[in-house]
Amino acid sequence: MNGTVVAAIDQGTTSTRLMLFDRQGRTLSLAQREHQQHFPQPGWVQHDADEIWRHVGRLVPEALEQAGVDARQVAALGIANQRETTVVWDRTTGRSLGPAITWQDTRTSAIVDGLVARGEAGRIVETTGLHPHTYFAGPRLRWLLDQRPELRERAARGEVLFGTMETWLIWNLTGGVDGGVHVTDVTNASRTMMMDLTTLTWDDTMLDLLDVPRAMLPEIRSNAEVYGTAVGRLAGVPIAGALGDQQAALFGQTCFSPGDAKCTYGTGAFLLVNTGSERPRPGRTVLPTIAYALGDDAPVYAVEGSIAMTGSLVQWLRDSLELIETAPQVETLARSVDDNGGCYIVPAFSGLFAPRWDPGARGTIVGLTSYIRKGHIARAALEATAWQTWEVVEAIRHDLGLTLETLRVDGGMTSNHLLMQYVADALDVPVERPLVSETVCLGAAYAAGLTVGYWADLNTLSHHRHRAAVWRPQMDPAVRAHESSQWNRAVEHALGWVPQRPPAAAPRAERPTRPPESPSVAALPPATSSLGTESDPDPGR
Amino acid sequence: MVEVGGHIQSVERAAAVLRILGSAGKPLRLAEIASALGLAKATTFGIIRTLRDVGFVHQDRETSDYSLGDGLRDLGRASLDPHDLRSHAMNWSDALASRTRLEVLVAMPQLDGARIVHHVFRPDDSAQVLRVDEVLPFHATALGKVVLAFAAGIASPTPGLERYTQRTFTRRTSFDAEMRGVAERGWATEQAEFVPGVGAVAVPLRGFGGLGVGAVAVSGPLERVFRHAGPAMDDVVSATLETAVAISRSLGVRP
Repeated sequence: MNGTVVAAIDQGTTSTRLMLFDRQGRTLSLAQREHQQHFPQPGWVQHDADEIWRHVGRLVPEALEQAGVDARQVAALGIANQRETTVVWDRTTGRSLGPAITWQDTRTSAIVDGLVARGEAGRIVETTGLHPHTYFAGPRLRWLLDQRPELRERAARGEVLFGTMETWLIWNLTGGVDGGVHVTDVTNASRTMMMDLTTLTWDDTMLDLLDVPRAMLPEIRSNAEVYGTAVGRLAGVPIAGALGDQQAALFGQTCFSPGDAKCTYGTGAFLLVNTGSERPRPGRTVLPTIAYALGDDAPVYAVEGSIAMTGSLVQWLRDSLELIETAPQVETLARSVDDNGGCYIVPAFSGLFAPRWDPGARGTIVGLTSYIRKGHIARAALEATAWQTWEVVEAIRHDLGLTLETLRVDGGMTSNHLLMQYVADALDVPVERPLVSETVCLGAAYAAGLTVGYWADLNTLSHHRHRAAVWRPQMDPAVRAHESSQWNRAVEHALGWVPQRPPAAAPRAERPTRPPESPSVAALPPATSSLGTESDPDPGR
Repeated sequence: MVEVGGHIQSVERAAAVLRILGSAGKPLRLAEIASALGLAKATTFGIIRTLRDVGFVHQDRETSDYSLGDGLRDLGRASLDPHDLRSHAMNWSDALASRTRLEVLVAMPQLDGARIVHHVFRPDDSAQVLRVDEVLPFHATALGKVVLAFAAGIASPTPGLERYTQRTFTRRTSFDAEMRGVAERGWATEQAEFVPGVGAVAVPLRGFGGLGVGAVAVSGPLERVFRHAGPAMDDVVSATLETAVAISRSLGVRP
């Protein structure tokens, strides 16, 4: 083809994708490769960073060929990535030193518990906006360095480098051992538990707490600036944008104004709301984070609420209960009945995340009578996803006074119309699906394209966004009030089911917006593999 | 002709034909079937032709002998789930809408028409409403025509050809001619026959075994789908055909 394109890499949990977009933000090509998941011990989930980098090398020619362009036509490259996944590598050989430990991995629980036991939780929340948790990259880095003390010495001399996946890819794309650029972006850095969320710089206190040498850390940059120029197959292409995947989806959904919100429905769900230019005060129900920072512009903040089980509950109906043959058929089964028949499922299989934060909660089905058929169970499963979304939105409204006007959705579960309608009904706001469903890649492409002037400004990007579908609320307010109150009652049955928990960590929320009594680790989300950053495997590719 | 509670003779005879074919162990000639049933060849032929047209009987192209058809075997299987189809079609239909700047509809056959199972808005941000579950008439829409022509299990169209616009086919002869064109081309058009000013192109979707399971269509202002007073635009047709191949492949059809 003639003309230029923008490329984007989405380095995800199960696969890496490379996509090309045209000036209208339309998809020109998509190349994808899955990488191996390694589970050496229970709770351990790791990737091979070298394998992922090799995949990128193969995806580049595939995507260029599909679109019929060469590297000279690529105006810029943007990168989005699975957040919190931690890599350490040798600056002189360019090889990773140990596994890439993923965001799902819980091996750092002893480190995190130690921080909490020493009473550091308050300081950590104040500085980073994050409750100490195995979810984040910093404790993982400490674990890697603790395993091999010689690495810490070499890191202090600048011979061993740390990065999350975007850092690893940018360093390699810009030449690796031969002049690779060692940078991260504010959104990824905000998920390390090492960055001050106000100054957007590495915080010495946090580095001391985690015993991490500053010399091994990448430079923190904005989400849209030229980090360096690619060598190899993309020689000459400026690498001009990087964001963590959930922030990339927020950007790809063009959520540029305070109150703009998106929710990605995959195995789990991630709801992010743009909160504007002021840092949200540390909340106990939803986490403050960076939405994006463009070049020298002031950063824009967001709050994030994650829901552990959404698509994975449907997979459980399919694989464990064998109620359905395929995930989409849950809609067929749910439509075989008119309502939930008084049945509610609380999918707290590994505790509840935002806004309840109860790791001792366990799944329940309440309201069972002889009347209940499997269709009611399917319906209750879908409604659980909608009510969990509602709880996060209510918590944000309570904590920040932000009310949503619409919810923009993406991810595999958006093909379920019954669910999308129920989300609109529960939230009482319209739910919109955009035409380009690959919002993560699109967001990275947008950031990179803005940097090099391929797109003029945010307004231009907003014009690219087109609705593919809209679901408008139809539920009677009295029904909504009844159902939400029934949902809350159902959740009470699920809370605190697992005994033997630290006494401070048993919040029995009476309302969805009530935070735990104290931000201790036990009251925080368990890092669990059921919480996915990625949507269901894309059946259309 | 039929008493209340009585039997419908042609259905009984059709069942007998199927039993004979099922127990024969080899394909049968028309004369063999007729003699086994004690019926005139003309009567038997009427029954067997109908069974063949709905896919319950297979006729060998070379020998003209008859055996049980795939449609009968597939009866026992669950048919394609509409939500599975939507899930398979979603990304491809998004791309089609993005490429053509037209509305995209995916439909499955049902007795009274083509039921919409997936809808992607025309990407121009005009006010639009999801049309999922709407049933489109066979004779007045591109999706209806394609589903009628290519989906297994539909014997004949609705009895009356209701008029929706000035351009709806309401005479049986002209509609039959239109359908012969659809069968030859392999895809169907709609030129303001259902909604004034609206045109569409529809292409069949094939599922496991190559069975017609539904259709995908682009729809929009007549002048965005058809050349001035002429045929459908080539790029619109080719984009829709390519999308149908991609969705069919995703459903398990090997090219």
